[in-house]
Amino acid sequence: MTERVKKEPLMHISKRADLVWWKGWIIRAVAIVAALLVCALVIVWLTGYNPIKVYAEMIRGNFGTKRKIWILLQRLAMLLCISLAVTPAFKMKFWNLGAQGQVLMGALAATACMFYSKSSLPSWALILVMFLAAVISGMIWAFIPAIFKANWNTNETLFTLMMNYIAIQSVKYAVAVWVPNGSGKLPILNPSTHAGWLPDLFGQEYVVNILIVALVTILMAIYLKYTKQGYEISVVGGSENTARYVGISVKRVILRTLLISGALCGLAGFLLVSGTNHSLTESIEEGMGFTAIMVSWLAKFSPITMVFTSFLIVFLQRGASAIATTFQLNESVADILTGIILFFIIGCEFFIRYKVNFRKKSKEGDK
Amino acid sequence: MGQVAIELKNITKCFGPVVANKGINLTVKKGEILSLLGENGSGKTTLMNMISGIYFPDEGHIFIDGKEVTITSPKDAFQYNIGMIHQHFKLVDVFTAAENIVLGLQEKEKFNMKKVAARVAEISEKYGFEIDPNKKIYEMSVSEKQTVEIVKVLYRGANILILDEPTAVLTPQETQKLFAILRRMRDDGKAVIIITHKLHEVLAISDRVSVLRKGECVGTVDTKDSSESSLTEMMVGKKISLNIERGDAPKEPIDRLVVGSLDCYNREGIKVLKDVCFTARAGEILGIAGIAGSGQRELLEAIAGLQPVRRGKILYNNPVNGAQENLRDKTPLQIRELGVRLSFVPEDRLGMGLVGDMDIVDNMMLRSYKKGNSLFLEHKEPRDLAERIIDELEVVTPDANTPVRRLSGGNVQKVLVGREIAAAPTVLMAAYPVRGLDINSSYVIYNLLNQQKQEGVAVIFVGEDLDVLLELSDRILVISSGKVTGLVDARSTTKEEIGLLMTKGSSMPERGAEHD
Amino acid sequence: MISVIALFIKSTISQGIPLLFGSTGEIVTEKSGNLNLGIPGIMYVGGISGIVGAYLYEHSTSAPSAFLLILIPLLSCLIGSALMALIYAFLTATLRANQNVTGLALTTFGVGVGNFFGGSLLSFFNEKGSISTLETAKCFKAYLPFADKLGVFGDTFLSFGFLTYLAIVIAVIASWYLNHTRPGLNLRAVGENPATADAAGINVIRHKYVSTILGGMIAGLGGLYFVMDYTGGSWTNDGFGDRGWLAIAIVIFALWKPISAIWSSFIFGGLYTIAIQMPGLSSSSKELIWMLPYVVTIAVLVATSLRKKRENQPPASLGLSYFREDR
Repeated sequence: MTERVKKEPLMHISKRADLVWWKGWIIRAVAIVAALLVCALVIVWLTGYNPIKVYAEMIRGNFGTKRKIWILLQRLAMLLCISLAVTPAFKMKFWNLGAQGQVLMGALAATACMFYSKSSLPSWALILVMFLAAVISGMIWAFIPAIFKANWNTNETLFTLMMNYIAIQSVKYAVAVWVPNGSGKLPILNPSTHAGWLPDLFGQEYVVNILIVALVTILMAIYLKYTKQGYEISVVGGSENTARYVGISVKRVILRTLLISGALCGLAGFLLVSGTNHSLTESIEEGMGFTAIMVSWLAKFSPITMVFTSFLIVFLQRGASAIATTFQLNESVADILTGIILFFIIGCEFFIRYKVNFRKKSKEGDK
Repeated sequence: MGQVAIELKNITKCFGPVVANKGINLTVKKGEILSLLGENGSGKTTLMNMISGIYFPDEGHIFIDGKEVTITSPKDAFQYNIGMIHQHFKLVDVFTAAENIVLGLQEKEKFNMKKVAARVAEISEKYGFEIDPNKKIYEMSVSEKQTVEIVKVLYRGANILILDEPTAVLTPQETQKLFAILRRMRDDGKAVIIITHKLHEVLAISDRVSVLRKGECVGTVDTKDSSESSLTEMMVGKKISLNIERGDAPKEPIDRLVVGSLDCYNREGIKVLKDVCFTARAGEILGIAGIAGSGQRELLEAIAGLQPVRRGKILYNNPVNGAQENLRDKTPLQIRELGVRLSFVPEDRLGMGLVGDMDIVDNMMLRSYKKGNSLFLEHKEPRDLAERIIDELEVVTPDANTPVRRLSGGNVQKVLVGREIAAAPTVLMAAYPVRGLDINSSYVIYNLLNQQKQEGVAVIFVGEDLDVLLELSDRILVISSGKVTGLVDARSTTKEEIGLLMTKGSSMPERGAEHD
Repeated sequence: MISVIALFIKSTISQGIPLLFGSTGEIVTEKSGNLNLGIPGIMYVGGISGIVGAYLYEHSTSAPSAFLLILIPLLSCLIGSALMALIYAFLTATLRANQNVTGLALTTFGVGVGNFFGGSLLSFFNEKGSISTLETAKCFKAYLPFADKLGVFGDTFLSFGFLTYLAIVIAVIASWYLNHTRPGLNLRAVGENPATADAAGINVIRHKYVSTILGGMIAGLGGLYFVMDYTGGSWTNDGFGDRGWLAIAIVIFALWKPISAIWSSFIFGGLYTIAIQMPGLSSSSKELIWMLPYVVTIAVLVATSLRKKRENQPPASLGLSYFREDR
């Protein structure tokens, strides 16, 4: 070899050609464990309590009583429903950040049906009308940005983001019209007749919600994996050029997929009004529109995996609010812990996709 | 003509198993223009990328002004006053010419766009550029963009200029202007290397010519001692026997696809196909030869329904019912619905022919997933097909559920060709199907094409290796700058004849009024 | 009448300033191709770190100096927001994570941090009530002594704390920096076409880091302004509201130009003011007025994509991470 000095950088990053699937999950598991350790440190720093005690409290907060388990399942169902809604769009690389708005519009439409129908309809018919109104509203709210994306390539991330706030204001407006006293709080509707309320099943109020979402999960898994339309979504998301080559109309797939996305968000809005709150506030979706984006992304757009990722998030949030009550902390500790765990999971994807090669100390590379 | 500006000694570069450059020696003197001539894939651009810091050579030495240097990045290249103008311009669209020219520079003096514009004007005057420093790049024509690239390099004080196929995008008038500028640079003492495969340009502009063939330098000659035919001979070399088993041509050939007077414009509004006429016959391989970018891609895409056609006809004779269909202005879907069994192996395998993130089975479905009225996908057939292709074509893969992105180039191509053939086509078009493939995989592909021909398929094969074209095809259509320059019998023609046809009447892109 | 208008202008300015800080910060960030949706979270953290710094200092000394009363909250705000932006930059530029997901996670985290410390800081010190740092707020609200002697003009335009003027100065500097300096040119190139910038010898990753952190610090000041000047040194959970998202809307509305962000912020601030203070407005019409900024922003977004004027488009590589070997 000559005296040539090769300026080789300390690290070289390259794309991984292949990684066995279970190694990917080990990396993710390590990241979650690391995240929990950091969270423990944060908890100790904030509270001075033994972190193991705190984690035990988290588990109790989730599973402590029957009622708590039902609430956990209900929360899980709602987050999962919205996550499923955003998934087909993401798979197509359409960044729908507007789930919040689409859910709210669905909820608004459902509430409006409840509010104006009074007792003119039998409950089952009212529920049906609410359902349809919610789903259609969600579809419209998602369709508007889709039209502009498909035809003029308008930035959908920013468009859908702005649509959220228009939806929030629409809800606030409606509540202000319905409750003229200016309190901004809509009371629970039909508290005595329960018209437009999803019925209890097995004596539990949330069972219907949970069953519907379970059904949607299965349908979405089938839709994405086994139907022709689901296949077209993957092709458009994978390469628009290939889609053109095999004769798929990209525009049509975008519009159709966003209709599905919006419909499911509308469904979530319906479930929140009819099956859960029986009322409406602008914060009825509790930030799930954004959380759902992370849930879907963490699950790599697989509906079944999403059951677990949304469980993880809901568990954390419920657990953290339990800690907050027990240790007299602020509820927001849940957001902090969620944030930390998300950072770790987001970061660990890098080590799944890329390989970091450190410079070899000896020059054995130069034969 | 003065001292040596840059000298390359024994440069070798491999990409995996493919040797791109092998033991190349080259010198360029100050005040001379050197043409680097060679067919596509002969390693010209790779060699130049090593001088400009994009690649690092595996072996060999580079000397500048007699001193050995190490160039590991474009920045290093700037420091040695080397500037390269790539085929794909590296410009920021929304910036002005002047902003692009100073981009990334670390000058000590205060940042002042007026001064920059003044210097740009000074350089322009010296060499005869016409450039408006305050014009935005997106408002510029291709030739103006190229001017910006050249000025950018000169602004940085380059003494060694490398231009990678600069005339490919220019009109004859623009080419003349460019040549005048290059001559002025030469007279100013700069060393200029121009990569090209247009012989008349080589003869018109350069002082010396170095010819590359299959990664090796086959010789350097003075331009005044050479002619088009002597250069062609050096470029294509002696015929090498490849032992591809070619079946007999059909006795009474049936016309399957008739293309007449086809005109196409690309997205920039440049006419890329001019009055192209040819016939593809059943049971025959029609080779298409030509320098890369002469309109081959547009031609195949126009037939497949992916490229808008301005004028002409594409007629298909259906062997099932004897009907004649015009495929012009039809989408791929409409073409398929007409019962036309047209298969197409595009040049860009993962970008167009396949979806990299999907597994082999799912990629098998791309063409056929729509079949039937069911809402659901039929998985069994594609799975069987995937297994069969993996088995018969010896695709190296862990299993049929591996995303195709993870396969090597040769295996990706086997998957794609296998799928297209499995559709039982009557017309099979393949664009550069063996590019980047090792010898064994290449032969698998040749055999598949031959097999299809024997079964009565009209095969259209776009290739770059003339030896392969000669041994595989029955007839060879030669196109140059979007025009058909010849149709020859592959059994009786010679490499030299094709080489000359490939460069005949070249460089006449016409600008259309507007693209569709 | 004049006094009503003067009052309106005053209120508009104080509503517009947090938006201006936020949108300037986001413009600087987006010019490097990073769509930082964590800005709302960063603004919360900027606010809370400022107020925590002020609280700790006010409680550690009995005779606080005006200089430190300003310096300590200012520094703690800048450090807090810089750390937040650093998380984003590390995840997206070094680890090439998805920008949207990272940004949303950062906002979740930041809002959580803000509300957590805002709500429980006092309980750490076994105190009750809510945080208030009146001394510090007084310093932040201090204006030139002769301002109110200059009649209506002085009262309307000169009677603000220094952060108000700083916001405008920063926006002007940002505009100058982006359009008339060498590093600004290089930064814009990174956001437009990182591969070209890389080939020209510009360190893409470093530019992304620097502009994201600088942008985060600028945005954080918006949070500081809100808690110190606007609310007078106190913290209410979720009090900052959706101003962070409104700042992102302004970036679109202002077509990625800091100078336009100045008047855009005041327009949006004016709408806020009308919604809050217009007498005789029913609560429902207030909500409709509140909706206007977003509707207008969408109209602008659609109009720019229809007109396709190149100068008005988002930075071309916005939202994409850069990996040299992808070329």
